[in-house]
Amino acid sequence: MKVVLHRRYRFSASHRLHQPGWSQQENQRVYGKCANEYGHGHNYVLDVGLTGPVDPATGMVTNLADLDAYIEREVLAEFDHVYLNEQVAAFRSLVPTAENMCRVLFERLRAYPHARLETVGLEETGANSFEYAGESRENA
Amino acid sequence: MVYLTRRVEFSASHLYHNPAFSPEENRRVFGKCNNPHGHGHNYVLEVTVAGEPDPRTGMVLDLKELKDILQREILDRMDHRFLNYEVPELAGKIPTTETIAMAIWQLLEPRIRQGRLHRVRLYETPDLFVDCMGNGR
Repeated sequence: MKVVLHRRYRFSASHRLHQPGWSQQENQRVYGKCANEYGHGHNYVLDVGLTGPVDPATGMVTNLADLDAYIEREVLAEFDHVYLNEQVAAFRSLVPTAENMCRVLFERLRAYPHARLETVGLEETGANSFEYAGESRENA
Repeated sequence: MVYLTRRVEFSASHLYHNPAFSPEENRRVFGKCNNPHGHGHNYVLEVTVAGEPDPRTGMVLDLKELKDILQREILDRMDHRFLNYEVPELAGKIPTTETIAMAIWQLLEPRIRQGRLHRVRLYETPDLFVDCMGNGR
């Protein structure tokens, strides 16, 4: 039996969808109001899915205290209440769409030492959500 | 293949304590979940059954039957119970969301006769849930 633990975390951040190599017109055409010069923000919900054996001594895939501390350090400390384009190094050269954010977060969280990262989900709004499971599952 | 999901809720209390650990270790590993008096949650259970709809009925399985199975196997056992002491399937185990979800899978899997049990998803809170799936996906 496969067991996947999901834990959700919240952060609020601003971003701007804009490709510096494109004209203002092209950016406006592709990204619409998301290209507005001063950026805008969202309340993001991050869903971390982890799998692994359930330790019979604890009944756990991973201890949530360890996971919470890891997510706080690796994600929330850097992503919460910031302007993603300027303040998260990865997005200085990568458009911070939710898709790209999922990939960046997945790469960051796959090093979690106590369980195997299965999925990273990101809700940008209640109406838009994204999930990334790394490349291995897509190729399987 | 069509996937059908039914959701039910139950409320129960539990505590995390491993008698093989020292009191200090129990507190270190389980934190406030180690409170000897226990604490409770409103659990939300989503059960997904996979199957081909029967051409005569258009159904993967009769929802009334699934509702009865969930009532009998899960709610009658777990709703308004202290999970550590009142649910035999959890006796001697740490009733984490993982453990409860696995127990629910074991209880339901043999009872689903039309279609097959695909996934058990158990929410302990809106921000913490566990998926159990049979041999891989």
